[in-house]
Amino acid sequence: MADFWKRFSRNRGAVIGLAILAIVVLVAILAPLLFPQSPWRMVQRPFLPPFAMDQYPLGTDALGRNVISGLAYGAQVSLLVGLVSTVAALLIGIPIGALAGYFGGWADDALMRFTEFFQTVPSFALAIVLVAIFEPSIQSIIAAIAIVSWPPVARLVRGEVLSLRSREYVEAAILSGQTSLTIILRQVLPNTISPIIVLASLMVATAILLESSLSFLGLGDPNLMSWGYMIGAARTVIRQAWWLSFFPGVAILLTVLALNLIGEGLNDALNPRLARRGK
Amino acid sequence: MLKRLTLLAAAFMVTTALHAEPVTGGRANVVIQPEPPSLMLGLVQNGPTQMVAGQIYEGLLRYDEKLQPMPQLAKSWEVSEDGLTYTFNLHDNVKWHDGEPFTSADVVFSADVFLRETHARLRTSLEHVESITAPDDTTVVFKLKQPFGPFLGIFEAGTMPMVPKHIYEGTEYKSNPANNTPIGTGPFKFAEWEKGSHILLTKFEDYYEDGKPYLDEIYWHVIPDAASRAVAYETGVVDILPGGSVENFDVQRIADMENTCITDKGWEYFGPLSWMWLNNREGPTADKRFRQAVMYAMDRNFARDALWNGLGKVSTGPVSSSTRFYTDDVNQYDYDPEKAKALLEEMGYDGETVRLLPLPYGETWQRWAEAVKQNLGEVGIDVEIVSTDVAGWNQKLAEWDYDMAFTYLYQYGDPALGVARSYISTNIAKGSQWNNVEGYENTEVDDLFAKAAVAVTAEERQKLYDEVQQKLVDDVPVAWLLELGFPTIYRCNVKDLVTTAIGVNDGFKDTYIEK
Repeated sequence: MADFWKRFSRNRGAVIGLAILAIVVLVAILAPLLFPQSPWRMVQRPFLPPFAMDQYPLGTDALGRNVISGLAYGAQVSLLVGLVSTVAALLIGIPIGALAGYFGGWADDALMRFTEFFQTVPSFALAIVLVAIFEPSIQSIIAAIAIVSWPPVARLVRGEVLSLRSREYVEAAILSGQTSLTIILRQVLPNTISPIIVLASLMVATAILLESSLSFLGLGDPNLMSWGYMIGAARTVIRQAWWLSFFPGVAILLTVLALNLIGEGLNDALNPRLARRGK
Repeated sequence: MLKRLTLLAAAFMVTTALHAEPVTGGRANVVIQPEPPSLMLGLVQNGPTQMVAGQIYEGLLRYDEKLQPMPQLAKSWEVSEDGLTYTFNLHDNVKWHDGEPFTSADVVFSADVFLRETHARLRTSLEHVESITAPDDTTVVFKLKQPFGPFLGIFEAGTMPMVPKHIYEGTEYKSNPANNTPIGTGPFKFAEWEKGSHILLTKFEDYYEDGKPYLDEIYWHVIPDAASRAVAYETGVVDILPGGSVENFDVQRIADMENTCITDKGWEYFGPLSWMWLNNREGPTADKRFRQAVMYAMDRNFARDALWNGLGKVSTGPVSSSTRFYTDDVNQYDYDPEKAKALLEEMGYDGETVRLLPLPYGETWQRWAEAVKQNLGEVGIDVEIVSTDVAGWNQKLAEWDYDMAFTYLYQYGDPALGVARSYISTNIAKGSQWNNVEGYENTEVDDLFAKAAVAVTAEERQKLYDEVQQKLVDDVPVAWLLELGFPTIYRCNVKDLVTTAIGVNDGFKDTYIEK
């Protein structure tokens, strides 16, 4: 573990990313304590510019709602959507990739054609259609993001499993009479974990972007304050009130950037070949 | 904002007092949004068609902002004592745009034959009419079966446009090729229409009122994007933005420009009134106390100021204040969260979630739903906003699958035409979002509306409508929000643009542009 941290911290960007993400997570967790009032509450006159009143450092929006409080609660939504939809995508992608890679043959063909079917449809377009069909809500958004983002996971896992499949220890396990399920779970998958972790960290970032884009287009959960929603609602008044789209935009930028930096750091830390070259 | 309007009003009075001599000539550049599907006003009556074709076609009467009838094609009219016979005397020098004379035969054809077939809203009103006759070329007599109070209010161009008998008689109206080159009696005639780009109307030289119209041309610009429409005004491409052409949040910025005037007049005939349907059949909204609590919980002044630029009025009840027989002698629901909480406690509201459908007409309505949700949340009502598109919204309302839903409807100047339809129990039927969608049933209200429609004198009608308004406001079948103010924005040197109760729709007859 110490070794892992050492390699991770050698990438300065990754450490900065981790710090930013830690702040975002902290703000998300502490939002109800920092801002006990609902972010939807109309607290001051509409379009109060930033830094005009100490109480509302980032100003208020078209309905007089506190922008900084919206940012804090928006962090909750963004992180929640990012994490849950990534976990859901992994739960779909890993089994499909593992089965395809391990069994090969027609199972591989069938599963990969199925995966390609999803890959050929532009993911954002598909997500819009899915959310529009199922009425926008946090559940439908998470489901839609998971559905459009699992194929890369499946392909990655399949590739890894394919190469591990022919290793001696796997053959030994087969000879010793272990069931396929046990072999996949015990012998094969644990060895694919590092690339999956790296991919997952990037998927969280993509998921946050997707959620923001959907909310921007008015397909967000209308009952949850999210960054994308804030920008979408502010887009129309951008000439009168720049701060309404600027601050949530910065929040998205920093969070997504942080996750990408972390992903890169993880890649350095978890890839043994890279690590050796570094030494 | 209010101050600006008073200033405007003051400025208006000053100009009327001085009333400079109208200037002849010039072109009015106007935005039309969206592009109308047709300009044949007898067949199509949606908003943009009325706005453009209202300059081409005319009705027998116009209405001032108090909805009092003014002469148009009819120069005078008489109503018999029993309220059953209406006699109109027409101008005798009126010509159609193709040169044919306009006579009483055209009126009989339009009202009795053509529009009865094509105009659903007018057809309902014409059910009260027994006969329409033309004793001579310039006289038309409408005989009614029973007195019908709002009758003198249905002669506006969009409601009863005069169409040329010599072109349409005996033809298939909907497929007549003449529909593409509309012929009316109005101050402007159709010149060209390039789809997706513009519609050009030119001055009708043989117009029957001397000296009118003043303008040479009206050029309607078709610009599909709201931001581009705002820019078109800012860059001077267009000079007139009729109500609804720019998004609400742009109104203030444009109104602040130099030489720019803004008015929310010219919608009195339509009296657009917004409200939330409250489902009277089931859930917490079935309880009268809950509905009253909703009224007390909403800060409607805030919504007007923050979302509608201070234009419009907080509604006091089912009848818009510009509609005839309005009364403010009803229970007032001022913003009072404490009262709302007390009512909710009294009924024992258990925090059951209510679903709220915003009107899918853009940002303003979305924000409005959020504000109402917050208002209601603060008195303890748990509201969930359900997003939907226009089709979904129509369907949910028509199927009664909602708890609360935003809407706004026109009133057409008279409670019998535009108000009763939303509250009488005979108008409860699935499949429409324009009838008694909330499912309110009250036989007293039914009776009062029925009596008021056929009462002969205005005093009698006023008394009945006062009573029905008081009853409705106590019962809160729907949660009235605002009398919407749709601002018309124009350069201040465009004069006399909005002079009637339908504003720009028939206004260009009097308009002139000061140099």
